[in-house]
Amino acid sequence: MIVKRKPLNLFERLYLPAIIGGFKVTLRHFFKKKVTMQYPEEKWVVPDGYRGAPYLVKDQEGNTKCVSCQLCEFVCPPKAIKIIPPGPVVSNADRPNAEKMPKEFEINMLRCIFCGFCQEVCPEEAIFLQKDYSLTGTSRAEMIYNKEKLLALGGVHAGVQKWKHKAEEAKEQETFPVKV
Amino acid sequence: MADATTTEVKPAPPAIEKIKVKVDGREVEVPKLTPDWQGKLAPTTMLQACDIAKKDVPHYCYHPKLPVAGNCRMCLVEFGTPALGPDRKPVMNPDGTPKIAKSPRPAIGCATPISPGMEIYTSTPGVKQMREGVLESLLINHPLDCPICDQAGECKLQEYSVDYGQSASRFVEAKVHKPKAVDLGPRIMLDAERCILCTRCIRFTKDVAGDDALGIVNRGSYNTIATFPGLPFDNNYTLNTVDICPVGALTSKDFRFQMRVWFLKETKSVCTSCATGCNVLISSREEKIYRYTPRDNDAVNGPWMCDAGRLNYKWIQREDRLKDVLVGQASSLPVSKSGQAGSLPHYKSSWTAALSEIAEKLKQAPAGSVAIVVSACQTNEELWLISKLKAKLGAISDSVERTGDADKLLVSADKNPNTNGARLTGICFSEMGINLPKIADGIASGKIKSLIVFGEDVTKHGISAELLGKLDTLIVSDILPNATTAAAHYVLPGCAHAEKRGSFTNTKGRVQKFMQAVQPPGDARAEWDFLHDLVYNVTGKNGFLTIEGLFNEMAKDVPAFNGLTWASLSDTGVTVKI
Repeated sequence: MIVKRKPLNLFERLYLPAIIGGFKVTLRHFFKKKVTMQYPEEKWVVPDGYRGAPYLVKDQEGNTKCVSCQLCEFVCPPKAIKIIPPGPVVSNADRPNAEKMPKEFEINMLRCIFCGFCQEVCPEEAIFLQKDYSLTGTSRAEMIYNKEKLLALGGVHAGVQKWKHKAEEAKEQETFPVKV
Repeated sequence: MADATTTEVKPAPPAIEKIKVKVDGREVEVPKLTPDWQGKLAPTTMLQACDIAKKDVPHYCYHPKLPVAGNCRMCLVEFGTPALGPDRKPVMNPDGTPKIAKSPRPAIGCATPISPGMEIYTSTPGVKQMREGVLESLLINHPLDCPICDQAGECKLQEYSVDYGQSASRFVEAKVHKPKAVDLGPRIMLDAERCILCTRCIRFTKDVAGDDALGIVNRGSYNTIATFPGLPFDNNYTLNTVDICPVGALTSKDFRFQMRVWFLKETKSVCTSCATGCNVLISSREEKIYRYTPRDNDAVNGPWMCDAGRLNYKWIQREDRLKDVLVGQASSLPVSKSGQAGSLPHYKSSWTAALSEIAEKLKQAPAGSVAIVVSACQTNEELWLISKLKAKLGAISDSVERTGDADKLLVSADKNPNTNGARLTGICFSEMGINLPKIADGIASGKIKSLIVFGEDVTKHGISAELLGKLDTLIVSDILPNATTAAAHYVLPGCAHAEKRGSFTNTKGRVQKFMQAVQPPGDARAEWDFLHDLVYNVTGKNGFLTIEGLFNEMAKDVPAFNGLTWASLSDTGVTVKI
């Protein structure tokens, strides 16, 4: 297709009016408030509800909440999560009354698409999408976060503590008659 | 059980009178008598009639291969029978149909026999309410720990709660806590909180396994399954209780917290631990085998299998599996393994190179100078291919007998999964192992120059390592390294049954096929696959490239298998005359 160019009229051919018009825009922005951030010295304030990297959280007693049910592994669309269940003997439990706990929990942050399904599906409120948006590493292996790293990054989240209450209830019932 | 496990062709059962009943308004014809858990004829129950009418009636305690207990009340249905007048004659409606007198009370489907003209209602509001009520009652003290429960995904309580239960719990009181992670026996762990007291496990171990080991102790909501104090629940069939447990109360220690069941791929296979050939499902994920579970086949194992067979899978994924085609030479260049006494240094080769070298050597071997020892753990197809090789080479062949303890239920004294296959394909005589001394003598006298071994360590069966040293050519195919593979000139890595397809002929002559669950490690190849190449190279005859084609070809050639096809074996196999 050939587009016909309209010939410029006299005013347009004068050239200067257009230049001045351009400088006006530049000058207006020059005195306005700056929108550019001096990243990384200056950091962006992440709004609430932002879906950053998913990390494992601990409860306020510092115990792992994850029980290795593998629902997040199942639901994860890019298959970024890999959990190794503990097997018959739970030796690495860090809380009392723990029947099951992941032996290893890996998230491949190169695969993760930050969709938040893992957080949504978790029955134990043990994994949350947090505000980390800048994940860097120098190798692929470094971008596979293991359980230790995920727990360290995840911090504490005091939410439902159903296993704690179960333990208390069970302890109460050890004496007969049962108190309710 | 004894009746249920037989594979013999029984005479056709006597014709059973059929009666008509209506299930949810649809008339179905059901036999008046149905085989009960022992195979004896018993009056057909409402649950069985609903099953024939393809109406699902939920149930926990009922199991087709266990005595009826009727304690879970989940299968409660409403029903009615034709009304009888004072003259004992059926009362008719104005339109000429018999008037139905609806029972004022519901009845449990699993234990109520049907009668002619009966009407069963499985989806009335009343039935729905009863199911809701039963589920609510079962869930009162049931912990909501599905995330950590191994049964999640195959739990009847979960499934029925979704299908028939209420969406929320009205129970506000503290739940009763019972013992968790109770060590019942060497292979079983009990979580008493999850138990719904259906007593399936108690009935199984008492009536089927014949070991009255389990019972219910304590009162009321503290009811618990238990063994006699100090007496572990330990017989060869304990793990079946895990299969029949509708909830996650009984769990297998072997599978406990290993993998969630929804990740597992199930492959139809056959157990190879003895000649019974129990049908199994191999559960695997990402090329790792996690468990065996029995697969229903009334002609072989019913719904059961023994613990020993079920747990006999770990060797398949051992680290020291043979993974490379190895060629052994006294003066070879790079040594890959440190040799032990009587062993040759081996170096890696390739399938094409090794197979063509072997074929060359076998072609030049004079008749009678070759002996073949094949394990009866090989499939029918492989044994048949070897029998072709044997015929071409004029070789002497045999298999090795393996015996052990038998029991009344499933375990056979013969520990080879395919003894009958070896006999039918002519690899061995009905008395197995009588040629082995002859082969040993032949090697000692120098008459036998080449030995082909499949899946056996012949040094343990009368052919010593010194004798093996005298051979010009020793060709060994095996799965795990042993003294024979160490002395071999050619080591061909084979596959376990979980890694290939094929068929076995069990002790009663049932030909059963099995499917591939996982990939073989490294360079290992299914024996039938490379045997096909080898047999073609040696005999020049071709014709089969797939296991289906191979089986069909074999069925034409072996008289006992005549008329069979791979497809006609179906999932449960076909019994042939042995």
